[in-house]
Amino acid sequence: MSYAIKLDIFEGPLDLLLYLIKKNEVDIYNIPIAVITEQYLNHLELMRSMNLDLAGEYLVLAATLLNIKSKMLLPPEETEEGEEEQPDPRAELVRQLLEYQTFKEAALDLGRRTLLERDVFKRGPMPEVKTDPEEELIEVDLFKLVEAFREIVAGLKDEDLLEISTEKMSLSDRINEIMEKLSVEKSMQFRDLLADVRDRRMMIYTLLAILELMKMRIVRACQTHTFGPIRIFLAVEE
Amino acid sequence: MEDLRSIVEALIFASEAPLSVDKIAEIVGVEDRAAVIAVIKTLDEEYAGRNGGFHLAEVAGGYQFRTRADMASWLRKLKGIRPPGLSQAALETLAVVAYRQPVTRHEIEKVRGVDVSGALRGLLDKRLLRMLGRKNVPGKPIIYGTTKRFLEVFNLKDLSELPTLREFQELQE
Repeated sequence: MSYAIKLDIFEGPLDLLLYLIKKNEVDIYNIPIAVITEQYLNHLELMRSMNLDLAGEYLVLAATLLNIKSKMLLPPEETEEGEEEQPDPRAELVRQLLEYQTFKEAALDLGRRTLLERDVFKRGPMPEVKTDPEEELIEVDLFKLVEAFREIVAGLKDEDLLEISTEKMSLSDRINEIMEKLSVEKSMQFRDLLADVRDRRMMIYTLLAILELMKMRIVRACQTHTFGPIRIFLAVEE
Repeated sequence: MEDLRSIVEALIFASEAPLSVDKIAEIVGVEDRAAVIAVIKTLDEEYAGRNGGFHLAEVAGGYQFRTRADMASWLRKLKGIRPPGLSQAALETLAVVAYRQPVTRHEIEKVRGVDVSGALRGLLDKRLLRMLGRKNVPGKPIIYGTTKRFLEVFNLKDLSELPTLREFQELQE
């Protein structure tokens, strides 16, 4: 069964459908829905019988195909104007297939380029994503960061904390401010970032901003040793 | 300007990342970008004329010495590595982001018809993609784009060097 090998390599329902269209040598703009739907369902059955993990997306497309098939079975609605063109129920699917095919080819083209570290090489070792030069950096997790935040806030004297300013500032403003600072400094101490601001709301915004940036992997929080000062690093290239 | 030629050559030689004309001009302290470009051109011709094992390549908005593609098998031996494989799923995801950026995960999934969270994570880890921010629509989905490293790895001067998409062009009119 040549099927068995082929099943694995489908990148998804659209890929399977494209394969069936090519195999049957049919026109993508005029897909014989009944034939293709049947073959598609047969493939799903086969995949299921082989205990292949059948992603939900395959079933969604099966439903779409059946829906189109049923629409095509209905006699075209009689319109007053006579020869008014009915929209082809397959149109959206065709658009999707062509779009997917375009990107599938674009992906193949990308893979055929002369790739660094596969076809061509530059001087020196490829910098590993995880290793940092000189000192080993420990990633700081959420809990440690929040803990550090609490310590810093607790260490402040009451008079250090000013009244909440009425100035309106949003979280994204604070994110932008921090990003601006980091793009100049590359890395900053967590404590210094908090020292900039002196009201509780802004301190909390600062913490939230850093957490948000960490989540988006734009910054990383690291320390050189446990209990060492936490530094916020810019994690992405400019 | 013999001096400038040597300096530029040394800078590109020692730089980890592709070195841009602006950066070179800044380091050398010359106002004239054209002079730097002219020197790079001479260097490029020199290395091409030598027909040696490497050449001066223009990638990711800068210049970098790279080995010739037909030397690949020897270099792999030297480095003791297998070529880094990008799966078809990863390449497709990368292609959608490269051409459609800034793009949300949902938009990528609509094109590929499958869940792309795994592929996205892998590409973010390889630093080929990055998060650009959030889209200002309900749910504030994260938007993704390619990195400078993507250009470096895929041997592109800039994004405009990506070949135009086939077929889909016709479809859009």
